[in-house]
Amino acid sequence: MIEKALTGNKQYWLWISLLLAFIGTGAAMYLRQLIDGLGVTGMSREVSWGLYIGQFTFFVGVAASAVMVVIPYYLHDTKQFAKVALLGELLAVASIAMCMLFIMVDLGQPQRVLNVLLYPAPHSVMFWDMVSLSGYLLLNAIVAYNTLSAEQRGLPAPHWLKPVIYLSIPWAVSIHTVTAFLYSGLAARPLWLSAVMAPRFLASAFAAGPALLILLIVVLQKTTGYDPGEAAVSKLATIVTYAASISTFLVLVEIFTGVYSGLPHDRETLAYQYSTLHGLWGMTAWMWISSLLMIGALTVFYVPRLRKCRVALLAACVAVFASLWMEKGLALIVGGFEPSPMGTLTAYRPTCTEWAIAAGIWAIGALMLTVFYKITVGIRSAAQ
Amino acid sequence: MKLTRKQFLLTAAATLAGVTGTKLVTSVQAAPDVSAKPDSPRWAMAIDFQKCRWDEGCNQCVHACKQAHNIPDVPEKAHEVKWIWKQPYQDVFPQQSQWVDPALTSHPLMLLCNHCSNPPCTKVCPTGATWKRADGIVMMDWHRCIGCRYCMAACPYDSRSFDFADPRPDIANINPEFPTRTKGVVEKCNFCEERLARGLCPACVEGCREHAMIFGDLNDPASEIRSALHTRYAMQRSPELGTGPSVFYLL
Repeated sequence: MIEKALTGNKQYWLWISLLLAFIGTGAAMYLRQLIDGLGVTGMSREVSWGLYIGQFTFFVGVAASAVMVVIPYYLHDTKQFAKVALLGELLAVASIAMCMLFIMVDLGQPQRVLNVLLYPAPHSVMFWDMVSLSGYLLLNAIVAYNTLSAEQRGLPAPHWLKPVIYLSIPWAVSIHTVTAFLYSGLAARPLWLSAVMAPRFLASAFAAGPALLILLIVVLQKTTGYDPGEAAVSKLATIVTYAASISTFLVLVEIFTGVYSGLPHDRETLAYQYSTLHGLWGMTAWMWISSLLMIGALTVFYVPRLRKCRVALLAACVAVFASLWMEKGLALIVGGFEPSPMGTLTAYRPTCTEWAIAAGIWAIGALMLTVFYKITVGIRSAAQ
Repeated sequence: MKLTRKQFLLTAAATLAGVTGTKLVTSVQAAPDVSAKPDSPRWAMAIDFQKCRWDEGCNQCVHACKQAHNIPDVPEKAHEVKWIWKQPYQDVFPQQSQWVDPALTSHPLMLLCNHCSNPPCTKVCPTGATWKRADGIVMMDWHRCIGCRYCMAACPYDSRSFDFADPRPDIANINPEFPTRTKGVVEKCNFCEERLARGLCPACVEGCREHAMIFGDLNDPASEIRSALHTRYAMQRSPELGTGPSVFYLL
């Protein structure tokens, strides 16, 4: 199976080398962080989580969004997704791997990580997050591997795989719900203390994930000629439209509650997100760029003439992904710490080291995905 | 017998799952009973901020704590390690600062871990590296802590610090009686449990010349702290969160 990923044209190897260069840089920077401590990042006593945990949160969403192709294909027999379902499951595997790496690089004492297994703490949401993430990784790896190896031998997928696939559906919902509970269970942080957090996470995940999948399909069409069909793309676009709309609605609901209730800490934490607090422009630039990208994308998705234009649709997908990446992958996590429970503000800006380590992890995810998709395309084009 | 790669990986995965599962089941069964025993004390502190003389340059309590616990003087403010420190009144009681006697509000307050009766930090710890003892002290195991900083996100009082670098070079005089910490772990006030075990009161209380800090057992009706809380009006930080702080501020 792996041999399919070991042959490729010049472009393919150039891409792999580029990813390896990013991975190498990230690894070198991580070594520096490991030696000197987390002081090399922009995090502080008051903003104690930053880019790493933000990216972890965002990619849990991308992983969970695989159900947006799994449910239609396996439960509703939506034939358009015949060539997409596996791509979604493989995207989930690569995303979970990234999530785990983002957690690892965030730890102050990564060599002690097995303490989570040696001294399991069922009262901690983080324990359940570990259980749900590793379970989801296992489920998707089993499904994807067995589907592919059956296809390689020209056989239908084994019967026992069906229940595993069905189990992966509620499991996908659980990973992102549990991730939301990491934050929404903390009374100390008004921005996170919201029952809407889990539904909002799911909605934004189901927008960002399928948007990325559309872009990946286009890349596959251009580079390999593998074509899941126009119907699959337009169906995915519909999913993005609904999910992005619900996600935006939930953000507005949160803003209303925080502003209208007049609770001081809630108002201040929102002010830090969208305007100024004590004269400081906290996450304002990120949040407004994110909001404008979302408004632009929704306009494209809502107007039939625009969304039928290929370039506009792809731009809208990039915009949805970028918008939610900023909102959930950085601003929401940092914003939870601003202001601190004592009303003080500490600016957070990721350092170059932090960006390099994050880029290394994205490159690992991209490399995994490249290899997975190369194998998939190789097996499927040989079968035709 | 020849083992294929696939067989090897499957066996390895099954073994790992089995060990983890067994470990989980046994640890859930062996969960310690943290409910307070009736005869155990509940340690608490009351800080009389009329007596506190920080504004006159007194920092005896902070100094005593730093010396006792090998707390580093981290040059970078964002990476500070603080067990007991001062904070302006308005930051601590922001909703109760208007129209209050400026003689009170102009005082900074001494802050430290509240040793909550219902601590949000211990609940979230994924390894049990922080836990509440029967006598109410919220403890830290610096050898088990993986440095995930979930407890820092959960603490509503900013009581926890993280070692962003090796703290040892920043410690002026190392006290050999108490451990130093390593980089990458969370630390905080331990209510001087090492001194309590020897029958001594906390270092900050002993260091305070003005006797502005009263330390004692809330479960003992005859204790000084009980009578202080009985006769004076006392405030706790964010009591509405249900954490039950053990540190009181006497008006």
